[in-house]
Amino acid sequence: MTSDFDVAVIGAGVMGATTALHLARGGMRVALVDRGEICREASGVNAGTLTLHMTRAALIPYAMKGRALWLSAERWLGRDVGARSAPGFSLAFTTAEEEMLVKRAEARCAMGAPIRLVSPAEACAIDPGINPAIRAAAFCELDGHVTAYLTGRGYRQALTAAGVTMVEQIPVEAIESQGGGYLIRGTCGTRLSARRIVLAGGVWLESMLAMLGVRVKIKCLINQLIITERMRPVMRSVVGIANGLLSLKQFENGSILIGGGWQGRGDPIRGGVEPIPDNLIGNIRLARHAIPALGETRVVRIWLGLESETADAMPMIGPLPGMEGAYVIGCVHSGYTSAPYMGQLLAQHILGQEPEMPLFDPARLIDTTPSSVRMSA
Amino acid sequence: MSGETDLIVVGGGPAGVEAALAASERGLSVRLVDEAPQAGGQVYRAPPRAFGAKFQQKADPIGVRLRDRLRASAVQTHFDHSVWSASPGYRIDALGPDGAVSWRARAVIAATGAQERVVPFPGWTLPGVTGLAGATIMLKSQGMLPGAVTLVAGQGPLLLAVAIGILKAGGKLAAVIDLASQADWLADWPAIASQPRLALRGLAWQAILRRAGVPVLYRHAIRSAEAQGDQLLVSVGAVDAEGAPVAGRDRSFVVDALTVGNGLTASTDITRLMRAEHRFDSLRGGWVPQLDTDFRTTLPGLYVAGDGAGIAGAAAAAIDGRLAGLAVAHDLGQCDDAAYQNLIAPLRRSALRARKFGTAMAKLMVLRPAQVAAIADETIVCRCEDVTQGEICTAVREGARGVNQVKAWTRCGMGPCQGRICGDIVGQLVTGQGNAREEAGYFTGRTPFRPLPLDELAPPIAYGDLQLPPPAPL
Repeated sequence: MTSDFDVAVIGAGVMGATTALHLARGGMRVALVDRGEICREASGVNAGTLTLHMTRAALIPYAMKGRALWLSAERWLGRDVGARSAPGFSLAFTTAEEEMLVKRAEARCAMGAPIRLVSPAEACAIDPGINPAIRAAAFCELDGHVTAYLTGRGYRQALTAAGVTMVEQIPVEAIESQGGGYLIRGTCGTRLSARRIVLAGGVWLESMLAMLGVRVKIKCLINQLIITERMRPVMRSVVGIANGLLSLKQFENGSILIGGGWQGRGDPIRGGVEPIPDNLIGNIRLARHAIPALGETRVVRIWLGLESETADAMPMIGPLPGMEGAYVIGCVHSGYTSAPYMGQLLAQHILGQEPEMPLFDPARLIDTTPSSVRMSA
Repeated sequence: MSGETDLIVVGGGPAGVEAALAASERGLSVRLVDEAPQAGGQVYRAPPRAFGAKFQQKADPIGVRLRDRLRASAVQTHFDHSVWSASPGYRIDALGPDGAVSWRARAVIAATGAQERVVPFPGWTLPGVTGLAGATIMLKSQGMLPGAVTLVAGQGPLLLAVAIGILKAGGKLAAVIDLASQADWLADWPAIASQPRLALRGLAWQAILRRAGVPVLYRHAIRSAEAQGDQLLVSVGAVDAEGAPVAGRDRSFVVDALTVGNGLTASTDITRLMRAEHRFDSLRGGWVPQLDTDFRTTLPGLYVAGDGAGIAGAAAAAIDGRLAGLAVAHDLGQCDDAAYQNLIAPLRRSALRARKFGTAMAKLMVLRPAQVAAIADETIVCRCEDVTQGEICTAVREGARGVNQVKAWTRCGMGPCQGRICGDIVGQLVTGQGNAREEAGYFTGRTPFRPLPLDELAPPIAYGDLQLPPPAPL
């Protein structure tokens, strides 16, 4: 198959899909290519937490924009993906955690997050499910959650309506410069030519960039997620702890999702394979300490989501230096919250507009040291 | 509690017990884990010890011998332990009467057997409707009837087994509704006759049914069931050779219970979780692990035997289990090549015979795509999450290409059974007619294999004793 596109986006997670959607709405002919199906990796299996408590301080303004986009998805995406606003807490159980809580809340407030410290009594009044043994809590009105597994369904419909060509279940094997554009070779003899490319491959960005001869080290986190069976309402807020190692929420159907970035086993080749039992037990112990009623329920399913992280744990969004029409987007810490906004920013840039907020120049992350073992294309 | 052995066998049915015994006889240290209170699996399920001598006599003598041999062996057994995770290395995690336990071993044999498949029809989730395999468990383990008057329906050998079990336990049968024709049953008579004991038992069962005057409707299937007071009003109609409903007058039965099953699927939780390779084999019950001739999966040290490797029946499972146990002994250096070949040659010959019979039975249990195609829009397919055929097919029309995308978009398979019950039907629905089932895939394996009570898995401890990873970046 040979097609001509203005832009080919490789990687159909939220960032790639949002970029593709806005480029298509901006008048470009767009192909969206994925090795699997749309939003089946991190974008569809993450905890769906909309929280400023876990967002890196520097990304707070982006996360606030992203949160607003999720909550209004019906308007711009055409479909509600289960985004709900909820109050959010970060809890401290020890004096050390309390210090950390205060410091982190201050840093996030400085970046515009409406976070305030509340007493244990006030926290428990807002959400009686919280363990009254807390020492302190940080509170934020602007938290919430999204039903992450519905993401792909909403996006696919919007992309199709916008005229984006969906190329699913086609792993990209090579990307070549060709006549002022790019030729993408995928499995099953797939060939796509496009004037521009956007690499949006999450933890697979390292190998995607290598296809262009660009070396960037990307760390792959194997985040563990745990869902319980449905239970009576036991909490009404999104709950985390000061060190960021917990996220807890109860969905409308009564199930409770336990996350927090505890690590499981896996890698970019095999994906998330399985939890490490000790980490699973640790994560659950922490969760039930925060919401004691969790002890009544049962774990139904555990899975893993792959999160990408750059050397400085800050995003990589923008044009690739020295390569006309090549862009990258990804590696946003706790990126689901801000992802739709990040995609919108990159699309603005590609469409020749001034992005509403600054991008995150990939150049700082590229390894330019010459290497004798550098392979030829 | 934990400890390393050479081998852990998961599952105490005929395959698991024979595997454990064979490996143990070759000098391997072996642990056998099963969630039931005693060995025997579903087929030779032991009556509860509390039920007294008279009930014990009803137990299948093959099962009794199996348990006796296991007791006399050096195999360490852990009954009442539900395995919820398997990790490389190997590590098996289970939940038992004393809480969470884990064990390590150099090799694992998954002998996890089969699970029931039911092709959904309106009303299949009503109280009073049970699976055929479910009914055999009630009868064997508790001597309990599904109802005073029961309608038995579906396909395969379990139909007869359940019907006879109900009559022997003093129950009444309204009728037996068989998807197959009489000709289907006779088609493989030579293969069936290759296991004379089982063939004769089948004939005796048919005679009992005739004497009891139980109507048998061949090439019929359940159309629907609805509650009528405490009873069920069940509508039954004719089907063609492919299982598609044919027009005609439906018949109604008012019964206390309906037991219905459409064959068995391999229980592949462990191999799917560990990302061993699988292949689709409709004759063997759907997706089965890819094995070599010595029961090795594509992961070194992980073996599968019995119906979990593909439906072949209890007789084949026992021999295959023994072969798998020997294969582990060989691979772990407890049996040299020559001895191994000598030991397995006669076993392989009897396995072939047993498999012939199992294949004839498996043919009767094969899922008939036309029956799945006839499932109506509003019929529930995923009973844990109440997802209908219509919702699944809409997701496919919106672009879901595999069962896992359907799962994400509809919650189908997200409930406590993790898609064990609906998985094969969903795969067939996604595939539609004329496509390859391979493309629809199978539900990704996930822990826990059974729902895990948080309180038992992670009893509360002092906060200070929690081992927390380093904080996330600010």
